[in-house]
Amino acid sequence: MLRYLLIRALSLSLSLVVASIVIFAVIEVIPGDPAAFMLGLNATEDAIANLRAELGLGGSLVERYVSWITGMLQGDFGTSYTYRVPVGELIADRIWVSLPLAIFALILSTLIAIPVGIIAATNRGNGGDFAIMGLTQLGIAVPNFWFAMLLVLLFAVTLSWFSAGGFPGWDNPGPALKSLVLPAIALALPQASILARVMRSALIETLDQDYIRTARARGLSRGETIRRHALRNALIPVLTIIGLQFSFLLAGAIIIENVFFLPGLGRLVFQGITQRDLVVVESVTMLLVFAVIVVTFLVDIAYAIVDPRLRRK
Amino acid sequence: MTRLPPALLIGAAITLIYAIIALISLVWTPYDITNLQVSNRLQDWSATHWLGTDQLGRDMVSMLMEGARTSIAVAIVAVGIGMAVGVPLGLAAAANRGSLLDEVIMRGNDLIFAFPSLVIAILITAIWGPSATNAILAIGIFNIPVFARVARGGALPIWTLDYILAARTAGKTRTRISAEHVLPNIANLLIVQATIQFSLGILAEAGLSYVGLGAQPPTSSLGRMLSESQTMIYSDAWLAVLPGLAIVILVLGLNLLGDGLRDALDPRLRRARG
Repeated sequence: MLRYLLIRALSLSLSLVVASIVIFAVIEVIPGDPAAFMLGLNATEDAIANLRAELGLGGSLVERYVSWITGMLQGDFGTSYTYRVPVGELIADRIWVSLPLAIFALILSTLIAIPVGIIAATNRGNGGDFAIMGLTQLGIAVPNFWFAMLLVLLFAVTLSWFSAGGFPGWDNPGPALKSLVLPAIALALPQASILARVMRSALIETLDQDYIRTARARGLSRGETIRRHALRNALIPVLTIIGLQFSFLLAGAIIIENVFFLPGLGRLVFQGITQRDLVVVESVTMLLVFAVIVVTFLVDIAYAIVDPRLRRK
Repeated sequence: MTRLPPALLIGAAITLIYAIIALISLVWTPYDITNLQVSNRLQDWSATHWLGTDQLGRDMVSMLMEGARTSIAVAIVAVGIGMAVGVPLGLAAAANRGSLLDEVIMRGNDLIFAFPSLVIAILITAIWGPSATNAILAIGIFNIPVFARVARGGALPIWTLDYILAARTAGKTRTRISAEHVLPNIANLLIVQATIQFSLGILAEAGLSYVGLGAQPPTSSLGRMLSESQTMIYSDAWLAVLPGLAIVILVLGLNLLGDGLRDALDPRLRRARG
């Protein structure tokens, strides 16, 4: 187990290093002079020179990369060029929208998908299963931001149950939570569809096992067999997918936050892109990638703890 | 071969219809969408404009045809990039199993897999400038590890078979065996995966275009139409509903086609499911 942990931790660090190099390269090397890019076409030579000094562009690529990384490791994400505040502060502000949104969506998706998947698996081959499978096919095919637009159309424009966008802040928990309902549903729908299908096939596979037949032969009822034996084993792959979906939700929130004008990390990245604020884009992207890679790592570890067979490879 | 499953037929029919529409749009659309007629804007459905016109007076049928063509073209080229680079990598990894080459290829793939693709795609298109070409590249890069993995996984068991041994005894090189004997035998797997990646590509293109990082005017794409219609959703919801429906039906068709092909091409699966 220790060996497995070590190997995984090593590959985690490697992923992070490569990811940071890719992001650094895309942002600071490819566009030519970042300072000129940020200031646009009409910038004077002096302004560019000043910004170059401010961004520390004087040093070599390696120096800049190292100072960026060591800064981030110490919690210094640089200073936003447009907001004139530390990027760390911006992130600390926005993360309290993105993180609750992702968690909300994850809970929704799990609460919907697991029962639906169980119903489909236990009714395998009949009308209910067919209908559920059809609906999940549809759920996978729907772009979540378009679904979000439809939700706005129905619940905000036609029924006026929810506001069409914006975020009142956590000072008013009720309205704040309410403003996350539609975005969370939009994010959760495709994920729930995938998860329900995973739940169904995992349970069907488990139900075909010999120990299930043994349990039935011992006189356990069908429901009890499913609850006590099948479900427990079928949940392992489902839990993995739930873990992996968290990172999808965090990244997927980028587009959804823009549909609902939520002041989260996704909107921060986009504002950074449109305002050419490379410091913001670079640091927030790295943070998102970091979150995704770390969550994936934790899921792998949790999986190996639950299923010893996986440690061997 | 037994009777084809209905899902496969429905999926194939939907895909075929879109393909035909996209091809027709190359030579003919009911109206020219680069010809803006603001006086003609937001028309209702009628005999002259079957699905009405948008806020700039462009015919919606023509917009949908052109939009579908752009989306399909982006997804096809992105899948092409993934296959052209990924399949040879996967085959090379399988042919030299356990070698340094195999290790490097597979670990490199793990790395790309770990990346949140949407974030990086947004980054690439943002910095290189939003365009259909950069959207293709951003989507295509993430198709490479998918195809490498499928090709390697499919090729590994084939390398243990007797006819491969025979070919090796006959003096064929590993590269030649990969091309002549392994590749044809994993074609099924690759076709199924291509269908799945194609549908993911349509969704990814829509997402990128929606946030303004895909096709640029005057080119239309289904995602772009959604983005342009977002402000109109309060008054003219159809402008947002139609392109979305077009995406959903196409992706649904491709997914059904992919699932159906997988079942039809792999008899073992069919029996297990039966």
